[in-house]
Amino acid sequence: MELEKIDKIIEKYSSDSSSLTSILSEIQAEYSFLPQDALKRVAEKLEIPMTQLFGVVNFYKIFKLEPSGKHIIRVCLGTACHVKGAHGILEEFERKLKIRVGETTKDLAFTLEKVNCLGCCSLGPVAMVNDDYYGQMNTVKVNSLLKRLSSSGKY
Amino acid sequence: MKKIKNREDLERVRKRIVKKSDPNKPCITISSGTCCRAYGCQKVTKAFITEIEKLGIRDKVEVKTTGCLGFCERGPIVVIYPKGIYYQRVTIEDVSEIVTETILNGKIIDRLLYIDPVSGKKFVNGEEISFYKKQMRVLLKNNWLIDPNKIEDYIINCGYTALSNALFKMTPEQIIDTIKRSGLRGRGGAGFPTGVKWENCRRANGDLKFIVCNADEGDPGAYMDRCILEGNPHSIIEGMIIGAYAIGSHEGYIYVRHEYPLAVKNLKIALNQAREYGLLGNNILNSGFDFNIKISIGGGVFVCGESTALITSIEGKIGEPRAKYIHTVEKGLWNKPTNLNNVETWANIPIIINKGSKWFSAIGTEKSKGTKIFSLVGKINNSGLVEVPMGITLKEIVYEIGGGVLNGKKFKAIQTGGPSGGCIPEKLLGLPVDFEKLKEAGSMMGSGGMIVIDEETCVVDLAKYFLNFILDESCGKCIPCREGTGRLSEIVERITSGKAKIEDLELLEELSHVVKDFSLCGLGQTAPNPVLSTINYFRDEWETHIKNKTCPALVCKELIQYYVDNEKCTGCGVCKNLCPQKAILGELKNPHSIVQDRCISCGICHENCKYNAIILSSPRGKN
Repeated sequence: MELEKIDKIIEKYSSDSSSLTSILSEIQAEYSFLPQDALKRVAEKLEIPMTQLFGVVNFYKIFKLEPSGKHIIRVCLGTACHVKGAHGILEEFERKLKIRVGETTKDLAFTLEKVNCLGCCSLGPVAMVNDDYYGQMNTVKVNSLLKRLSSSGKY
Repeated sequence: MKKIKNREDLERVRKRIVKKSDPNKPCITISSGTCCRAYGCQKVTKAFITEIEKLGIRDKVEVKTTGCLGFCERGPIVVIYPKGIYYQRVTIEDVSEIVTETILNGKIIDRLLYIDPVSGKKFVNGEEISFYKKQMRVLLKNNWLIDPNKIEDYIINCGYTALSNALFKMTPEQIIDTIKRSGLRGRGGAGFPTGVKWENCRRANGDLKFIVCNADEGDPGAYMDRCILEGNPHSIIEGMIIGAYAIGSHEGYIYVRHEYPLAVKNLKIALNQAREYGLLGNNILNSGFDFNIKISIGGGVFVCGESTALITSIEGKIGEPRAKYIHTVEKGLWNKPTNLNNVETWANIPIIINKGSKWFSAIGTEKSKGTKIFSLVGKINNSGLVEVPMGITLKEIVYEIGGGVLNGKKFKAIQTGGPSGGCIPEKLLGLPVDFEKLKEAGSMMGSGGMIVIDEETCVVDLAKYFLNFILDESCGKCIPCREGTGRLSEIVERITSGKAKIEDLELLEELSHVVKDFSLCGLGQTAPNPVLSTINYFRDEWETHIKNKTCPALVCKELIQYYVDNEKCTGCGVCKNLCPQKAILGELKNPHSIVQDRCISCGICHENCKYNAIILSSPRGKN
């Protein structure tokens, strides 16, 4: 673990606890999850107990303690998407990736997540892959999307 | 960029920008909110720039990206100024034609115009479209004109005039008085009078006070705040500075949810530009007043939209709410007096200062003033963001602005207020939009989500959806919410799976009232609303689920059944190949059949059958 990298991130912010979530977000953006050594360093530098830090990490849904897949698929389950069949989309992803929501495929290609609302309700059902949005999803689109994203052709 | 030194200098800068801009110069604006990005607006923008450079007319034509124009259904929207020609659903294939025909030859391309599906009339100008015509766009008006990443665009449209007037022509008391008299109420949902909150915070003891903008728009189905954050961030910043001056605060936070990356980006750019111009920071416009704003990013937790939880979250702790017998205006962030308002509330401030409290209070009903933005979504023809004067009826919103229910289906209800709200049935569509009136109807204004549901949406399923949402999002601090919503969800689950007894309905209502009365924060106190309002207006549908064990809307999976219509089935085999359960049998070119024991009611066969040969039913006593 390159602690210097972590220190550099911490230094960008003020050393009080209000910077905690921003610091953790940036570390996660770097590693795709929060490595334990990084968490120890943050606790040390911000002078907060590890127990408190773990409480925060577990409470906020964005934080992950395990590595994410290359493609993070987020299926919107907002109300507008729900009434247009978003659960069917999520289930199709689960079936095709052979994982449950919240899990990552063994080859670290995909992580499947649900999200409360992505705020593009007119396009529902919506899915997001990394930074790209996909609107008016249906099961056929789920399959073509996975085929396009999967370099191994496994999914 | 030079710092604006004082009030007079701001006017000089404004004049300079006006002088530089030519109102007759052709300008292509491309709506570039998150929805339009999903439609590929960035590629369209790039194509316009390439095309214009190719033709060597880069100096003669301006290309501008703006925020959301509201008619999300029709994105990406391209408006060509000075004529204001409104093209919808523009793709990169249309770009070259738009430049050659419309920009160079002044011709209108018919196929890109909006055609009213009812009257068949074509509209050249966007303002004339029925979706916009009935609206009163005060907050969203500038989204059409402003590139959110250019502070100059905001300044040219009267930006920071209100701030300058507030700092130099008004005392803090006068500002608070103006806001109080305007009748503005918090747009986050509860509708507390904004001016009163400011006054309480100003009077609170302590030198150090905080201003917070709640941009943690967590309500599923609502995205008004995202639209302002992305499209007009300076209006929020200006509102916050005025508020800070009135209250006597020098430090502010914007708590924005991480699910809105474009909003965060545009907000950061806007804050930096405001700082560089001297409109934010120390000694703003040489007035002697200091104010700074930091951004705090949310962690994807719904309860953090609740004011006390949000404040704890900014402090870097677990975002749990606390009891509100101590108000945040007295003890909020780090136990200091804190004034928290929602995005839309802050964006209203510069408008009220500029136009006056009388102008504002003339809009709306007796107790609900001004305009409100709603996200009109779900089973509706014209879905998008609508800004309407308070007091407009739901009927006008659904039928005149929204163009009625999608695919000609029958209207069932409109859900307002998100997980804290309720469903309003057809018989109450004449209800005016007003904080009190919506509450009386068992729903609430909430932050402004309006989800239209039709005959194919099951209200029991919708109530279950909201309950499970709350169950997932309950922070667990208080027992009524943590355990109560769990038990409520179990009862509803029994009902949707045909295992309930009629007494369960009574139990559901009783327990709902317990959760409502005894929960710690707004999340739990309003969690049973979707259940109670649907039982109130759609009791028949709940009872049918229990007594007949059927789902009239054909939604609840355990009560429905798919089968093949032998006459329509051509035996093409598509469904057989797609069925994840291998539950469909049959030879090619012969009618297929579904093995019910294997079927999980995923609906893939139904969705993909070209011949409408898969029939859905809810037979009595399936379970």
